[in-house]
This record gives sequence, C-alpha cells and structure tokens, in this order.
Amino acid sequence: MRTEAVIIIAEPDDSCFSMIKSGLRRAGISNEIIRFCDGQATLDYMFVPDEGGKLEGNREYLLLLEVDLPKTDGAEVLKKVKEDGELKKVPVIMLTSVDDAETVERCHSLGCSMYIVKPGEPDGFSDVIQKIGLFLLSVEIPQINGVERTSGIFE
Amino acid sequence: MTKNMLILIAEDDAGHFELVRRNLWLSCVENDIMHFKDGQEILDFLFDRSNGSKFEGSDRYLLLLDIRMPKVDGGEVLRRIKEDKDLRKIPVIMLTTTDEVGEIDRYYELGCSFYMVKPINYKKFMETVENLGAFLSLESVRVPTIEA
Repeated sequence: MRTEAVIIIAEPDDSCFSMIKSGLRRAGISNEIIRFCDGQATLDYMFVPDEGGKLEGNREYLLLLEVDLPKTDGAEVLKKVKEDGELKKVPVIMLTSVDDAETVERCHSLGCSMYIVKPGEPDGFSDVIQKIGLFLLSVEIPQINGVERTSGIFE
Repeated sequence: MTKNMLILIAEDDAGHFELVRRNLWLSCVENDIMHFKDGQEILDFLFDRSNGSKFEGSDRYLLLLDIRMPKVDGGEVLRRIKEDKDLRKIPVIMLTTTDEVGEIDRYYELGCSFYMVKPINYKKFMETVENLGAFLSLESVRVPTIEA
C-alpha cells in the first residue's frame, strides 16, 4: 500500500477508533485516515463528491467498516460500495464487534475482503490492529478512476 | 484463524510454493494447506466435485492464487469463483510475481480480496509472506462455510 492511499474508517465508538488509529500508526502506516461515525456519512463521502464528499479520482482508498453503525449499517454500506462499477474496487475490511455466522456469510457474499472480529480485551485488540497494519503494508491497492458514479441510490 | 479452514494455494512454481508454505508455517499458520499446480486443477477441485474431488461442503476455505499459470490463468480462475453464488464467499488473495500496475484494477474488479506482489528480493519475499501469515493466523478472522 502506497502512502498516498487514504484509509476510511467507519467507527462510531471513540475509544475503538483511537485504538485502531494508534495500532495502524504503530505498524508504520502514515497514511491519511478519515473517520466517519455512521453509515450514511460514509456513503455520502464515497458517492457524492459534489455534496461535501471529497473522494478524488486517481487515488487509492481502503475501507475499514464496523457492521453495527447508526443510520445505515455496515453490511448495507458494503452492499452499495460493491454494487458501484468503480467503487467496487475499494477493498473493504469488516472490523466489527458483530460475531455471528449469518453476518459473516452475508458480508463475504457481498464481497468484503476480510471479516475480522474485534477482540474484547485491549491488548488483543492492539495486536490484531498491528498485524492488519503490517499486512496492509504488503498489499497493493487499486486506484479509483475519476469517472462518473452511479447516483441512483440517493434519488 | 479458524482452525478448520483449509488454505488452498494455486501456484505452478514448486519453489515458490515451498517458500510460501514454509513461511506461513513459521508465522504460526497451522491450517491444512493444499497445493494445486495450475488453474485447471484448482477449478476441478472446486467445480468438478463428482469427479473424485476432495472438495467438501460445510468447510471453510481461503485461496492464495498465482496469476501466471499453465492451462487456466489466475484471472480466469478468480472470475469463475466470483461468478458462483456459493464459491464467491471464498476469500481470494492474489499472490503474484508480476507487478503489472495496470492489472491490479482488473483483479479487484473481479472480486479478489487482496493483491500481493511477491518481491524478487528473497528477504522481502519472506517478510511479505510472514505478514500474510501473521494476518491469516489471527483468531478473530472469520471465514464462512461453503455449502457443497
């Protein structure tokens, strides 16, 4: 992953977000991190560049997504992203407190890259995030082209 | 990682396969690993289940997929898997020697989970596979079962 890649994190919980961010930094990831607290704000950012969203063409994006999000849940966000001809290229890692077989299956079926359950204790959580971070440093992320996006979902 | 998950590796280069297997093991990946030498072998395993294939439903799978392989290349294998309503749930990580930047797009469009380049440099190659192994061996990774 190049340092130009933007990491979008959809995480409503402040302490969770700060652990994710510090874990990634500890793994050596200096990339820009943008946080959203609910599913709708995440979708707005990704789909509506002219209405407050700033998703740029010719940049790499990666999405870390909690399933349990206010307004629009994470699985629904995943579905919309993966239905879009261009945004479907964005790797989406579910990083969530939701741990049931049905949701795991649904998200994999919709096209998440990986499904990771947040460990309960802080030490375990920190370790998981660091390993995710080191792995991401070894991964190539595609650029999103600056092309027109489907707008149907907001009509 | 879930212990009852089988790691499938489709890789025509026997040397690379051994390096990957060894380094996954060194990174505490204890899952069973199956090796396929070309694209046709892995497709037969997944699709041609009546023909002596050992593919069993209700199991968990993860595929590490090389791109340049004889008979059927990795892109075609990926396309076939992601078009199938059950098999598409299998996470597929492209693990390839060729750094064809223009191509990365195509594999993500087809639905790969991640695209990793095997560095030419031996030490860096080891590091890459170690990072992959450390990630895959996380207990909190969840992969769904595939119905037969």
